[in-house]
Amino acid sequence: MARSKREIQEINAGSMADIAFLLLIFFLVTTTMDVDTGLMRVLPPPILEDVPPPPPVKMRNVFVVLANAQDYLLVEDEYMQVEDLKDAAKEFIIGKPNNPADERFPEFKISQDPLIVKYFGPNYPISKQIISLQNDRGTSYELYIAIQDQLAAAYSEVRNEVAMNKFGKKYDELKDSKSEVDNEKAKAIRALIPQRISEAEPKEIGG
Amino acid sequence: MKIRKKGKKEVPPVSTASLPDIVFMLLFFFMVTTVMRETSLKVTHVIPKAREVAKLERKSLVAYIHIGPPLKPLQAIYGTEPRIQLDDAFALPSDIPTFVESVKSQTNEAEVPLLTYSLKVDVKTKMGIVVDVKQELRKANALKINYSTSKIVDKSKSL
Repeated sequence: MARSKREIQEINAGSMADIAFLLLIFFLVTTTMDVDTGLMRVLPPPILEDVPPPPPVKMRNVFVVLANAQDYLLVEDEYMQVEDLKDAAKEFIIGKPNNPADERFPEFKISQDPLIVKYFGPNYPISKQIISLQNDRGTSYELYIAIQDQLAAAYSEVRNEVAMNKFGKKYDELKDSKSEVDNEKAKAIRALIPQRISEAEPKEIGG
Repeated sequence: MKIRKKGKKEVPPVSTASLPDIVFMLLFFFMVTTVMRETSLKVTHVIPKAREVAKLERKSLVAYIHIGPPLKPLQAIYGTEPRIQLDDAFALPSDIPTFVESVKSQTNEAEVPLLTYSLKVDVKTKMGIVVDVKQELRKANALKINYSTSKIVDKSKSL
């Protein structure tokens, strides 16, 4: 007989690539590679009724930024372009520690925060700065984000400069560093220059 | 010299046997990195740009709130004014507390404080609707928010 041992036929793997390609294309189409980025903010907790209102803040400690419905900016009672906001805010945040009588800049205080004492000494003046942001219901979101971005940039630049002078490293590097000491230094700088952007309860500014 | 014996030299065919392996490698890469879109957008938004952006970690702990004008086909019904979209449907600011509660209930209890609410808002939107949303989020004790922005890459000083 011609029939000898029947060999098992090999499965043809040629179409494997086609199947894989098909799946690949499916995932290519459905995938979204975008990394979500954004400005992180923490909203103030809701106002409770029986809690007494916080003590008033001296006007000289507040850097007022107003944005109206026509997307005009009023910063400390002066018109300003958004691009200039960062430098103005920076100047205010740094203040004039050597000339505390200057009314245009915030007051200073001495803090007993152990981290600040550890790295900056017990008599390091800390600015009482607060940035107050008020916008109209008609302000465009674009301007609002631009303001937020400028203010955040002002804070991060001041922090970077202080960190550079004190530790010889940028704040961002300290913060992202793996070392515990660096992270603590970053924390000290955060305590020294807290990012205080206060958003007023919404109201109609009009205009 | 008999080394070059044959005049006609044939180029051997490129072996395609490793092609499936390469394709599989790519396939696995995309399978791992892919995130399936859970909701279909009903609003359009052009996300604003900013410089001081931070990356949003842990996508499972992010809830999205979309605000923008409705898509073209839906404009006949819903108009062109910016609307809020929560999950798959249009919503009003007053629906946000319910939304927050449902998001919180779907999250592991230990991770609820880490929940971030990402506001994806069209640049042309007026702040009024955003302020309403923020007030509702405050009332619902959802305080960690993120204004979704894309990063400006160039070094120019413009917005």
